[in-house]
Amino acid sequence: MLLQDTVSKIKKIESLPIILVYFIVMASFLFMAPRVFTGYRIYMSFLQTVPPMLVLALGLTLVITAGEIDLSFSAIIAFSGFVFCYFFRTFEAPWLAFIMALASGALVGCINGILIAKIGVPSIMATLAAQFFWNGVTILLSGGLSWNIKEIKEYSIHPFFVGRIGGILPIQSIWALLVAIFLWYILNRHVFGEHISFIGDNVDVARVMGVNVIATKIQLFTFMGMISSFAAVLLTLEMINFWTTQGAGFLLPVMAAVFIGGTSIAGGKGTIVGSFFGAYIVGSLEAGVVASGIGGYWTRLVTGFVMAISVILNTMLGTSKEKKVKEKIKDSVFLKGLKK
Amino acid sequence: MNQKKSFEHVVKMVDIEKYFGKIAALRGINLEVGANEVVGLIGDNGAGKSTLIKIITGVFPPSGGEMYIRDKKVDTNKYNVKKAHQLGIETVYQDKSLGEKQPLWRNFFIGRQIKNRLGFINVKKEKEIAHNIMMNVIGFRGAGITVDSTVSKLSGGERQGVSIGRAMYFDADLIILDEPTVALSLKEVQKVLDFVNKIKQSGRACIYISHMLSHVYMIADRFYILDRGKIITSIKKSQISLTELNDFLLKYANKK
Repeated sequence: MLLQDTVSKIKKIESLPIILVYFIVMASFLFMAPRVFTGYRIYMSFLQTVPPMLVLALGLTLVITAGEIDLSFSAIIAFSGFVFCYFFRTFEAPWLAFIMALASGALVGCINGILIAKIGVPSIMATLAAQFFWNGVTILLSGGLSWNIKEIKEYSIHPFFVGRIGGILPIQSIWALLVAIFLWYILNRHVFGEHISFIGDNVDVARVMGVNVIATKIQLFTFMGMISSFAAVLLTLEMINFWTTQGAGFLLPVMAAVFIGGTSIAGGKGTIVGSFFGAYIVGSLEAGVVASGIGGYWTRLVTGFVMAISVILNTMLGTSKEKKVKEKIKDSVFLKGLKK
Repeated sequence: MNQKKSFEHVVKMVDIEKYFGKIAALRGINLEVGANEVVGLIGDNGAGKSTLIKIITGVFPPSGGEMYIRDKKVDTNKYNVKKAHQLGIETVYQDKSLGEKQPLWRNFFIGRQIKNRLGFINVKKEKEIAHNIMMNVIGFRGAGITVDSTVSKLSGGERQGVSIGRAMYFDADLIILDEPTVALSLKEVQKVLDFVNKIKQSGRACIYISHMLSHVYMIADRFYILDRGKIITSIKKSQISLTELNDFLLKYANKK
């Protein structure tokens, strides 16, 4: 009896399959490269490089839960990074620069939201256009140059967001963790999260039950824009540098993190815990594969393999097993977007 | 359980019309539903049943005419789904009442969550009440369904039960059922009809929309027959038998 209770309790842990995948991946790295993976350095480097991507994945989880998609966050990484550097260099006021960066992200997100919710442009198209547009704006404003902001190390904002606790632990990992906890509560315990789950599940149900679908979607995209700009600030501060293509590599890994985490591609069901571990899996694969000595050419292949395994595990063990994969594809945000 | 209502008609519509662009979906609709009356709304596909219901429930406003709820005139331009809820009107749509991937307890409270000032949901309380409704109002017992089960695990009849139970908990005066028995097995249909009888017994009113004539006839006190946006006639159940009603509709359909 006691055993059964424990088993059913363990089964209830959110995103169990993906947590297992995470530890299997880590265990196999440990096995293949014990010298690297028994030291703390490699983990500290993960905690330094993953947070911007993790923060993006957490935000995107909410968007995908609502049955929408956002492809513009990689442009916000560049645009808000530029805004941050511009205000810092012009006024030497890092906190003003921080607020302006967040505001710039919120603005981009809000415009996305209005296009999608009010005018009815499919989110895949609206945010794809936004990605090109805001990348273009960034290149124009910055003159295509990269900006060094070494001086920011003198200001309190640098240790506050990207310092090292005890000289070792990258503090941005704590910030990302706080964002994750906050968003877990928003998604699972707040009215806003419940509303986006119902919108993604069945927008007609949400509407007839009195959810203000338009306002909720605009808020959602605005929030996504803001959280993307937070990721931009973390990245820019860590690199003490801005360059026009700094968001370019984020799009696919972030989406991969959300989907291998177990968030439904059809909307209606999202998991913050899953995206958290998903981001750490995606973020540690490359370094892990290189460190284990099988060679840099293998990283993509291994990444694809781990992704496939995670999704298969989620389908087989997770709650989505009743849903046929076929239906999922039919309902996917991408096809929905194309049909519209 | 029977409560005396302080009003005569829960809904009364006078010369309601609705245009979508130039197309008239409804013309000159005069309809009333008594405080404890079960009214059957009958009509072919495209007759305007759903449009009529969406006006009553505040999904969109009518293009013209007057509407009274609980004998009081409502400003149709300021009327919306939230207002309709406040005035005690609840709808059970065929597929649009429940979020399938969401647990039962969330479905009970969506749009009317028990929350604190910051908007955080009181999960424990919501689950408690949802459990109570399931056991005492709807009468789900055993069968492995809990408030944490997702709706996708319920049968069609059970889903209607959840929606009706939710409506009764929120003290609806009028519960509107839109094709509740479509695609249900005979046994499930019986469950739904039992739920409708519970609505009547508890002193509430109900509008029941269906083109399954036999189901409507079993539970309704009166029928409205709708065709191409107009109400052709209103008949009391005591004035007509099921066969006569059937013949009337067939004759009417052939005349077109």
